Amino acid sequence: MSPPAFGAALTDAAAASLSATATASGTGRRRRWLRRYLLPAIGGAVIAAWLLAALLAPWITPYAPDTVNVAGRLAAPSLAHWLGTDELGRDVLTRIIYGARTSLTVGFSVVLIGSAAGTLVGAVAAYARGWAEEVLMRATDLMFCFPPIILAMAIAAALGIGTRNTVIAMLVVWWPKFARLARSLVLGQRSLEYVAAARTIGFPPSHILFRQILPNAVGPLVVLITLDLGNAILVFAGLSFLGLGVVPPTPEWGSMVSEGRELVSQWWVATFPGIAILTVVIGFNFVGDGLRDWLDPHARRR
Amino acid sequence: MPDGADIPKDAEPLLRVRDLRTWFFTDAGVVRAVDGVSFTLHRGETLGIVGESGSGKSVAAKSIMHLLEEPARIVAGSIRFRGREITALSEAELREIRGAEIAMVFQDPMTSLNPVLRISRQLIETMTAHDRFTSAAARARAASLLGRMGIAGPAQALDSWPHQFSGGMRQRVMLAMGFANEPSLILADEPTTALDVTIQAQILDLLRALNADLGTAVILISHDLGVIATICSRVLVMYAGEVVEEGRPEDLLTDPRHPYTWALLHAAPRLDGTAGDRRLATIEGQPPDARAWPEGCRFRARCPFAIDACAQHPELLPIDSHRSARCWVTQGGAALHPPAPRAAAGVAAAPQAAAPAPLLLVAGLVKHFPLPRENFLEQHRVLRAVDGVDLQVFPGETVGLVGESGCGKSTLARLVMRLEEPTAGRILFDGQDISHASQSAIRPLRRRMQMIFQDPYASLNPRMMVGEILAGPLRLHGLAHGAADARAQVGELLNLVGLPRESAARFPHEFSGGQRQRISIARALAVQPVFVVGDEPISALDVNIQAQIINLMIGLQERLNLTYLFIAHDLAVVRHISDRIVVLYLGRVVETAPAAALFRQPLHPYTVSLISAVPTLDASASKRRIVLGGEVPSPLNPPSGCHFRTRCPAAAARCAAEAPVLAEVAAGHRVACHFPGALATA
Amino acid sequence: MLRYIASRLVIAAAMVLLATLIIFLIANTVPGDPVLTQLGDIAANNPAIVEAYRHKWGLDLPMGERYWVFLRGLAHGDLGISISSQRPVIDDIAQYAPATIELSTVAFMLSLIFGLPLGVLAAMKRDSWIDHVARVLSLTGVSAPTFWLAFIMLAVFYGWLGWAPGPGQIGGDQFPPPVVTGFMLIDAPLAGQWATFRDALAHLVLPSIVLASATMGLITRTTRAAMLEALSQDYIRVARAKGLRRHAIMLRHALPNALLPVVTLGGLAYAQLLTGTVLTETIFSWPGLGRYTFQSAEILDFPAIMGVTLVVAIVYVIVNLLVDVSYALLDPRVMRR
Repeated sequence: MSPPAFGAALTDAAAASLSATATASGTGRRRRWLRRYLLPAIGGAVIAAWLLAALLAPWITPYAPDTVNVAGRLAAPSLAHWLGTDELGRDVLTRIIYGARTSLTVGFSVVLIGSAAGTLVGAVAAYARGWAEEVLMRATDLMFCFPPIILAMAIAAALGIGTRNTVIAMLVVWWPKFARLARSLVLGQRSLEYVAAARTIGFPPSHILFRQILPNAVGPLVVLITLDLGNAILVFAGLSFLGLGVVPPTPEWGSMVSEGRELVSQWWVATFPGIAILTVVIGFNFVGDGLRDWLDPHARRR
Repeated sequence: MPDGADIPKDAEPLLRVRDLRTWFFTDAGVVRAVDGVSFTLHRGETLGIVGESGSGKSVAAKSIMHLLEEPARIVAGSIRFRGREITALSEAELREIRGAEIAMVFQDPMTSLNPVLRISRQLIETMTAHDRFTSAAARARAASLLGRMGIAGPAQALDSWPHQFSGGMRQRVMLAMGFANEPSLILADEPTTALDVTIQAQILDLLRALNADLGTAVILISHDLGVIATICSRVLVMYAGEVVEEGRPEDLLTDPRHPYTWALLHAAPRLDGTAGDRRLATIEGQPPDARAWPEGCRFRARCPFAIDACAQHPELLPIDSHRSARCWVTQGGAALHPPAPRAAAGVAAAPQAAAPAPLLLVAGLVKHFPLPRENFLEQHRVLRAVDGVDLQVFPGETVGLVGESGCGKSTLARLVMRLEEPTAGRILFDGQDISHASQSAIRPLRRRMQMIFQDPYASLNPRMMVGEILAGPLRLHGLAHGAADARAQVGELLNLVGLPRESAARFPHEFSGGQRQRISIARALAVQPVFVVGDEPISALDVNIQAQIINLMIGLQERLNLTYLFIAHDLAVVRHISDRIVVLYLGRVVETAPAAALFRQPLHPYTVSLISAVPTLDASASKRRIVLGGEVPSPLNPPSGCHFRTRCPAAAARCAAEAPVLAEVAAGHRVACHFPGALATA
Repeated sequence: MLRYIASRLVIAAAMVLLATLIIFLIANTVPGDPVLTQLGDIAANNPAIVEAYRHKWGLDLPMGERYWVFLRGLAHGDLGISISSQRPVIDDIAQYAPATIELSTVAFMLSLIFGLPLGVLAAMKRDSWIDHVARVLSLTGVSAPTFWLAFIMLAVFYGWLGWAPGPGQIGGDQFPPPVVTGFMLIDAPLAGQWATFRDALAHLVLPSIVLASATMGLITRTTRAAMLEALSQDYIRVARAKGLRRHAIMLRHALPNALLPVVTLGGLAYAQLLTGTVLTETIFSWPGLGRYTFQSAEILDFPAIMGVTLVVAIVYVIVNLLVDVSYALLDPRVMRR
């Protein structure tokens, strides 16, 4: 069939073409790496900066967050007040940095507690099947009848204003999406043979669900948690903007925008807190989006 | 069947592939999937390409159509099709060839049709895309094409959606698309692998008839030599990215001249095999890594015939006018003589008479699954997965359970293991009724009954190290005293299944399919069971790995005195491993007999046609093939009376009215048929 | 099909009933006493007034009976009396709803018109500059706080550049057309006030862009992911092997499959829009439900908040019903078997 000399010649050609493509794919790989990790890296850096700022607020802020200075009210950005002052003469930069404490705390507590509760409900529903699943998932469906911020608003209004009550209101509307995701993940894992194997060995359901299935469902949950941290901060800012978030003197981004919303010529009062929200939320979204791509078998080609 | 040898050699071939190299440029290195493949195909010829997964056979086929996606690239070689060089064509020129002059049929008909488009649209666009037909002409032709492919009521079928069709029907639609533009070449990539054996026989028959009637050349890619032998006049055997042997199937099957072909032949259990040593001839090890093919002959490391010359890479050289091989050993024209047989292992005990009390007794077992309703205004529909099964398994024996998909064999296994609770009937394990026992009541029994699963990629928890996977059962059942003891026992278990002790510290994804199946077996054996259910434990594996696992299971049975309930759809495998065989059809047992008796004299028409449908490796066999028509009815709505009557060539009026009972016709041979023996192959 | 819709309708009705129960429970079992919040401070300190109030509104009845009374009231459209406007809440909602429906419909259209093609394009030209632009654009869209975006847009395009009209549904120099449907874009042409119609359109531009930004981001991301998922399927490879053109493969084979998850998203996207109106309308002085809700929230007008919540929940159930039905129409696997 194919004479040896013919094959050998082509092998040389192939080797030459290989080394050419290898160098080409070397730079291609660098560019691919950049494309894949640039946005998540930016997001991670932004979040890290905000966390650090929140943590070190008393030491890095030039003023106290609630020092009223009526004489210096509505001062434009200057060297003394980098981001200007608000209607009561408080330093906007200082209040933004202190505001990060509130936003990040609320964001993390709502999402971490909400995701834990939702995951538990969804996972138990999916593993138990039968009537327990019916009851739990119908309750979840019911919560989906309300747009989250509207229901949170109703609950917050009923409970009264205050950070703690707002967090409770948000938690009520937060768990269902995690319940749905956890249920579908556990259902997917449940049909795999390693679960049947664990059952034939005789492991009790709690061991199978929590020690074997859930560790395999963690990836998509972490993606949703990351994306949701931004979302929770956004919703909380929205509720604060509506006056349902924090009690007034507390520095909070949403309420700061609300205070400045009529002050078009003193644009800095509303603009900078909004940018603060935008950067934090976009940071979480960049990281979450990158995580999702990284976990997605289709996106993660080679 | 057109014979390639009859075509004059000087005619311009339809397809000439020369030293094709298709490589994948991955981040982990260059995978040389196809690395030097040459062959020629004449008009109307049927060529088979056989090889195990990773041999490059599928990539070679895709290269012919240039259907490659990044990071795959054809780095060298030439593909001349009807005088045109495929590798030099632009995307637009390739498009004119694809689907018009070369068509391809893929492996999985369930995912190959677009679920949201009607059959008619998908079939018609194939024709209109190449401007050979107006849409009116294409529509008219579509119906006749479906009819030609053996679809009843083609006009109605055109208006259907893909999900309304079974796998076999969908593959017929795919064939209709393939032949729509009267191409001169059809590439069929494992077209029957996803189908049941009786449906496979239908599709192969159809493909052969189409080749004969239309003169379309066929390249059939398969891992199954038997499938290829039923259709093809010439076979290429691929190993490690290159062709290692080429020749007529009858030559390859009787007198292979490459050790790999020899290994493929001997690793597969045969329907016509003689009862002797229960172990299959296997070759050691795994195929080499495609990122760094070994120097010299790529098969050398696993070759039982290797000689010094094998350190040099051999070329594919002709042996006689019809065949060539890439092997130094057979270069001189010598046949391959099997190495001295290994010391015969203990002959399997004949357990039938020995054991009076069954270890497992299943009586009148029924499992009905209520399907979730589309909406609550509808009737609850019930899937009759298992519909009244009696079964006994005696200590020390192996009972094989065969049937096509939907026959309920896997559900039966899950019922026996009490992963499911039966709807009716009784399951007695060692005299203890476990039909409705609670999970905690069964837990102590789980030490004595274990299961091996089908999918080696899903049956091991990917987040647990092998050591944890094996130590878990030990700890749960209090079999390990302390961490050191558990570690020692895990090491012993790994050795028992032929894996090194160091495997304990690795994760499942670091192992190949066959190695994972060994881990799965070790897990089942950790609790020292007496009874093991194997739910298609070798179906997902390549033939040589299958043989390794079968040998392992037989060896373990002899050493540990295990009792097996072995489920499979492959008749040859079941015949090889089982003492007794139970044939299931639509949730009921149709026949049960000692393995040899069942194959010598099958009595139920279904068993007869099932055995007849298996493509054999025996090239000289001239047995009459019975190809069953139609599809397996849905277990949602099984036929009245005998479930098999709708496909049975011997059915009579009585079969619809009255369900036959399982009656003993000879010692240990029971059959559920009103007319046993009415259908025979002889 | 009819049977499917009927069963969906029954489920939707059950959902609405359960939603009323939730609203009732929030209104009646939360720690804060609704009587005290609804009466003024002075009145709340007078036991006789409180008692009379409780009796008048049936608050002294047992819970079950109170729920029944509440339901009976609902059946007659009784959502209570707004504290601030002193009118039935249902009348307030009827008055403000059209402006919100108008705004959210336009915003929904905008986000579909731009989001869908952008998502499809990003998937088709994956890892190209357009994919990256789409990614940054959509992630920024979902990350920007709506109320802040509204402020910035108004400050820049009205306050600074003067390109867009100011807040409100129509300018101060326009007379509102006589109310027929309540929808400005319908009533103005009906009355022949074409200048008013043009002015109303101009006023819609900024708020609808603000409202659409987040929804568009959501639609773009989902469409892209769904397209990539569809493109990885076996039937796409089959379509290539048939020799179909690239755009035929994309639009005829991949897109119909990719649309299914996008349709499912419809409900979520609509919820996002409703949320957005609450935060946007105030800044644009848009006379809709969103601003009404904001004003009610500011002064804790409890009956108004509950009324809006209930109405929104009902709308939301209906939207999800439509989503289910259109999914069933698009995916042959749901009903034809």
